[in-house]
Amino acid sequence: MAANQVPREKVYVHKLFVRVFHWVNALGMTLMIMSGWRIYNASPLFDFRFPNGITLGGWLAGALQWHFAAMWLLVANLLVYLIVGFATGHFKRRFTPVSPSSVAGDMAKALTGKLPHSATTYNSVQKAAYIGVLLAIVLTIVSGAVVWKPVQLQEIGLLMGGYEGARLVHFFGMAAICAFIVLHLTLVLLVPSTLMPMILGWVSKTKRETEASHER
Amino acid sequence: MNAKLLLQPSKSLVNIERRLFMKKTLSLGALAMLTGCDPTEPSVTDRILSAMSRWNDDVQLAIFSPNKLAQVYTEADITEDFPFNGYYPEAKAPVVAEEGFRLELSGLIGKKESWTLEQLRALPQESQITRHICVEGWSAIGKWGGVRFSDFLRLIEADTSAKYVGFKCADNYHSSIDMATALHPQTILALTFRDQVLPTKYGFPMKLRVPTKLGFKNPKHIMAMYVTNDYPGGFWEDQGYNWFSGS
Repeated sequence: MAANQVPREKVYVHKLFVRVFHWVNALGMTLMIMSGWRIYNASPLFDFRFPNGITLGGWLAGALQWHFAAMWLLVANLLVYLIVGFATGHFKRRFTPVSPSSVAGDMAKALTGKLPHSATTYNSVQKAAYIGVLLAIVLTIVSGAVVWKPVQLQEIGLLMGGYEGARLVHFFGMAAICAFIVLHLTLVLLVPSTLMPMILGWVSKTKRETEASHER
Repeated sequence: MNAKLLLQPSKSLVNIERRLFMKKTLSLGALAMLTGCDPTEPSVTDRILSAMSRWNDDVQLAIFSPNKLAQVYTEADITEDFPFNGYYPEAKAPVVAEEGFRLELSGLIGKKESWTLEQLRALPQESQITRHICVEGWSAIGKWGGVRFSDFLRLIEADTSAKYVGFKCADNYHSSIDMATALHPQTILALTFRDQVLPTKYGFPMKLRVPTKLGFKNPKHIMAMYVTNDYPGGFWEDQGYNWFSGS
C-alpha cells in the first residue's frame, strides 16, 4: 500500500431486498406508466394526449395486455417489499422519526444549501418523499383495481366517487409517481455516488467520511 | 481504357453490389434466427402477453361474484345523447326488419325453436338503469329493458353447466360470455332503450345488456345465440382484447 493512500472501508447502504424491490419496481413502473399512457389516449380525461412514441403496446388492446400483465409483477414485488419492510423493522429504522416540522426544517436547510447528504441515513425530506411515493403507489394500485373491477370493488369505489372518480384518482396517482421519478432521477444526476449503492449495496468510503456521516 | 468502357458500369462493381445485398439478406436471416422472430409467427412477447390474458380470464372468473349487483341509477342520472359505439360509423349500423326476424338458437339448448320479437315481448320484462363502461375508458348511463337472460336460458332448456354463451350479430360482430355472467340477475336480453323499442343505433332487434362487463361484451343486433363448451372468442377478443373483460 502506498504511504499516501488512505484506508477505505465498505459502508453498507441498501439491503438486498431493497435493491431487488427497487429495480423490479423500476421495470414494473416503466411498463405500467408507458402502457397506461396509451390506454389514457384511447379516451383522454383532459385536453391532451401522450405522444404515441413514448407509449407501450402499439394500440389499445396491446397496451391493455401489457398493463394487465405488468400489474402482477408490480403488485407482487410491492407486497414482498412491504411485508419484509414492516416485519424486519426496516421501515421504522429508515423512515422514522419524521414529522411536518422536521421536514420543513430539512427543506429549509436543503434550499439554503446547508443540508449535508449522507449515504446511510435519510434526512426528513427524503423520508417524507419515500413514504409519500409509497402511498401514491398504493393509492394508484387501489384506484386502478376499482377501474378494472368497478362492480366487484364498488364499496372501495364509492370512497373515490365511483368509477369516474377512480379514473381521476388513478390518473393523479400516476402523475404523483411521475413527479417523484423526475425529482428522484434529477437528484441521482446531481449526486451520482448514490447510484452504485443501489446496485451493489455498499459504497467505498474513507474512515473520516464514514465518521462524518455518523455525526449527522 | 477508352471513354466508352468508362461509361458502362463495371461488371465487378455490379457484383459487389449484389454481394452486399446478399450479405444484408443473410444478416436479416441471421437476426431472425437469433431473436426467434418470424414475422408470420407471434413473437415470444406476444405469446407471453396472450398467456397472461388467459390467466387474467381465470382470475376474473374466480373473483366474479354471481350475486354482486352493479350499481343502479335514477332516471335523472341517464346520459343525454348516449354515445353510439361500434367498429363502423353510426350510418353503417345494420337495419334489421322486424318482419321475418327470428332469433336462432343452437348448441347445447333443449328447445331450439326460433323466437320472434313478439314472443320475446310476451315474456316477463324488467328494466335497469346502469353504467355502460367502454374498454376505451369512458362511461355513460343508460336504461335498458327486456327479458332476464337467466330466465330465458332456463325457458329454452339451455345446458347451464356449459361454459359459454355465444352471439352472432347482423353486423358480422360476434362475442361470447361465461355462463356465470350469463346467469347474473342483471344480465338481460334488452329489447328497449329508455322505454322505447331499441333503435337501430343501440342494436335493434336486441342487445345483450351485461352491466358486469365492458361495452364490447354487450353485443348488439343479435340474430343468433348458442351454448357451447368450446371457446368461441369474439370480434375484438380475437384481436387481443381480454376475453373475460368483467367489471
